[in-house]
Amino acid sequence: MNIVIVGHVDHGKSTIIGRLLADTGSLPEGKLEQVRDLCERTSKPFEYAFLLDALKDEQAQGITIDAARVFFKSPRRHYIIIDAPGHIEFLKNMITGAARAEAALLVIDAREGVRENSRRHGYMLAMLGIRRVAVLVNKMDLVGHSREVFENIRKEYEAFLAGIGLEADSFLPVSGMGGDNIASPSGTMTWHTGGTVLDVLDGFSSSPPDDKLPFRLPVQDVYKFTRFGDDRRIIAGTIASGQVRVGDRIGFYPSGKSTTVSGIESFPAPTSDEDRVRVASVGEPVGITLSEQLYVTRGDLAVLQGQRSPTVATRLKASVFWLSRSPLKVGQEVLLRIGTARVRAHLESISRVIDAASLEGVSNPVEIARHDVAECVLHCASPIAFDVDAGIPEMGRFVLIDNFEISGGGIIREGLPDEQSWVRSKVLQRNIKWEMSTISLQARAERYCQAGTLVLVTGQADSRKKDLAKALESHLFGLGRLTYYLGLGSVLYGVDADLKTPESDSRTEHRQEHLRRFAEVAHLFLDAGLILVSTATDLTQEDANLINAVLEDHRMLVIWSGDSPSTDVKPDLVADRETGLETAVERIRALLQDQGVLYRA
Amino acid sequence: MSAHLKRLENTSVHILREAYASFKSLAMLWSIGKDSTVLLWLARKAFYGHVPFPLVHIDTHFKIPEMIEYRDRLTREWGLIMVYGENRAALEAGETFPDGKVDRLTCCRNLKTRALAHTLDGSWPRFRFNHQAGRYEKDRNTDPYTGVIVGVRADEEGSRSKERYFSARNRSAGWDIADQPPEFWSFYKTDFAPGTHVRVHPLLDWTELNIWEYIHQERIPTVSLYYDQGSGRRYRSLGCQPCTSPIESTARDVPEIIEELRSGKLASVAERSGRAQDKDDGGGLESLRREGYM
Ligand SMILES: Nc1nc2c(ncn2[C@@H]2O[C@H](COP(=O)(O)OP(=O)(O)OP(=O)(O)O)[C@@H](O)[C@H]2O)c(=O)[nH]1
Ligand SMILES: [Mg+2]
Repeated sequence: MNIVIVGHVDHGKSTIIGRLLADTGSLPEGKLEQVRDLCERTSKPFEYAFLLDALKDEQAQGITIDAARVFFKSPRRHYIIIDAPGHIEFLKNMITGAARAEAALLVIDAREGVRENSRRHGYMLAMLGIRRVAVLVNKMDLVGHSREVFENIRKEYEAFLAGIGLEADSFLPVSGMGGDNIASPSGTMTWHTGGTVLDVLDGFSSSPPDDKLPFRLPVQDVYKFTRFGDDRRIIAGTIASGQVRVGDRIGFYPSGKSTTVSGIESFPAPTSDEDRVRVASVGEPVGITLSEQLYVTRGDLAVLQGQRSPTVATRLKASVFWLSRSPLKVGQEVLLRIGTARVRAHLESISRVIDAASLEGVSNPVEIARHDVAECVLHCASPIAFDVDAGIPEMGRFVLIDNFEISGGGIIREGLPDEQSWVRSKVLQRNIKWEMSTISLQARAERYCQAGTLVLVTGQADSRKKDLAKALESHLFGLGRLTYYLGLGSVLYGVDADLKTPESDSRTEHRQEHLRRFAEVAHLFLDAGLILVSTATDLTQEDANLINAVLEDHRMLVIWSGDSPSTDVKPDLVADRETGLETAVERIRALLQDQGVLYRA
Repeated sequence: MSAHLKRLENTSVHILREAYASFKSLAMLWSIGKDSTVLLWLARKAFYGHVPFPLVHIDTHFKIPEMIEYRDRLTREWGLIMVYGENRAALEAGETFPDGKVDRLTCCRNLKTRALAHTLDGSWPRFRFNHQAGRYEKDRNTDPYTGVIVGVRADEEGSRSKERYFSARNRSAGWDIADQPPEFWSFYKTDFAPGTHVRVHPLLDWTELNIWEYIHQERIPTVSLYYDQGSGRRYRSLGCQPCTSPIESTARDVPEIIEELRSGKLASVAERSGRAQDKDDGGGLESLRREGYM
């Protein structure tokens, strides 16, 4: 079991663990003597903490800098104890250590009482998801082993924990230096009957993983190793919750595309049929094969059909803690990682910033400073899948990367709608119900030497966009490419017949639904591997986002016909009036080649 | 398999896969010792029989000959991409401890730390096993490795107890222990600035005992030097011949080693007690490691 020991600087964490190791005979032969000698040679008083504070700088300063792992065995079980630093400068190291733990010991100096980092560390434990905590009131020797001091600290800290939704398993009066209530009961504090640190450790219950939770598998990678004639295509990842069996129907989010699990791989390879793995559970790093050639990549989330589905959104209401020296400002862009997914995101707004040491709010926050915690809204550049309140905390946790470094972390509280949400929920349904062909997208692309793509030529009403689009179509056709011209307006009378009424101008009234249907039609062409050339008047960026939400992994290239765009759309190419039609077509073809849409056989 | 070993295996496989997904130019150090051999086995598990990146061995040329024979045998049998590097200049100039010109720590620095840094960044020649020809040839690939998997364990010594799973190294392969980037939940440091690299440590949570228990359960082939072959002595930790001495032990096979570690004569003796270079000064290994030693 992994245990972390936390608390304010110098309150005696390393001493308590050093003492625990020494008093239980857990140190290698000669280790204690070695530390004694070292202290003598350097004329320092002996410190149990030096058993853990192994770095030269740590011993010189008498402080823990980075969390240490120590291995410890009680008659009941094995432990990895993580000794975290208490100094605020090293909060990131405390978090690194604490996040690996299942339970925590929080140390408070009896003489100094509850201090800033006693509270901040408590708050961080709650954020990190550690629910089992025992509080050690240390240095009882310095307060005459007073029961009253102990009880006062206990009351004060209990109230603090209650405020952040935590309840301590127990409170213990101890002395790391004297060895009281560490491995054996104190001779002086006979009023305490709650056992020793060792008893508390052995008493932490370790909850077995719950197999009943919905299945979640963040896809780590897709393997296709061709050496030694291997032709398996293996979807790899560690199961975050639940179980999966061969034959199960699974969907990949955020797209929702679904298929069946045809096998679960193992190494060494099974020698007989009974040897084959048929089921895998939470915590296992698995490799599954699929019955259909779906396009799956790292970052997708596999879930079981028929079970609760994950939330898909681009806007997230979240609690965030920030660790980087430079603050996170409203509008600032960072990378967000959740599960195995990784997307660009920006801080849209902050509703509250809290000083985790005092629980006080900062008024009118515009940034999240180092070591602060905030309630805020993050906006991702593309949709992500996650869980809130599904009993799978792991699927709601994320980190933020700034300047190559993990600079903050957080928990999603809620998915918020954006402009494309209504489109995305329809697309999700489409994907879940989609019957897969046995011919993969890649196989089609290889056969046709092109990737299905939408080339959308837009411009003002009087521009020559239609001429350009048709010239492009015939040019591509001349090159032997599979291509088709479809004007946005042409969809109006057939596909959109139900929207079109004589008295209304459906183009404006139903513009969004009109665009969605057009994009769905385009999606079919692209899925079939064609280059679809289309035209639309005055396309805006929001229109483009809507179309992209429907096309998903398929590509759209926007060509602006005319001088600079008169809408906010960001075109991939501008074909101004000066350029001849032929030259413009030639440029578009070059763009298609550059972008890997057209390739040679 | 015991639940604890299973958990250790699960985490290590997950870390190996994260490394493979995150680094374009990835390599794994293989010292031929028990830990990095377990790591190699875990890689075969993670990638279903394949090891999709090169294994790099730093040859000090003072290794015990059995180690090299064993390395090349597994390379052939498992179809490994095997690469070795060395400090040719120091060897030719005799700037080594066995040649008497330098002390143990400097020898380690020359033959291991420097050879490692230059092999990893591609500035010194690498030699790669050609499976068709059955011999080592100069490797044409001189790209620096940006991710390097290393089999260190936290229980080995003080500075290793403070390591991250993914540990950033600066341009000169140095390690800034006082300011390591955070890693938490299962998010590791997989983004890095150009010119820097990341050391990946999938075995941090394993103890020496866990390693032997795993070797036993998985029947992983190990080099014979770990076992007493009748002389009443065996190696507990493998390094260069002049600086590693065998221990008094009659353990002849894996179960006997496990017994010895659990409750026998080794239960409370530190593993690296047979390594002479650790003793030269108080924080000798920490200094080496700050400069890029494993
Ligand atoms: N009198 C007395 N002193 C103690 C006790 N426990 C620890 N100390 C002293 O308090 C000082 C700090 O102890 P450490 O164990 O280094 O404190 P820490 O909490 O690990 O500190 P950081 O890791 O730097 O946050 C040392 O000088 C210890 O000797 C105790 O029970 N009684
Ligand atoms: Mg400490």
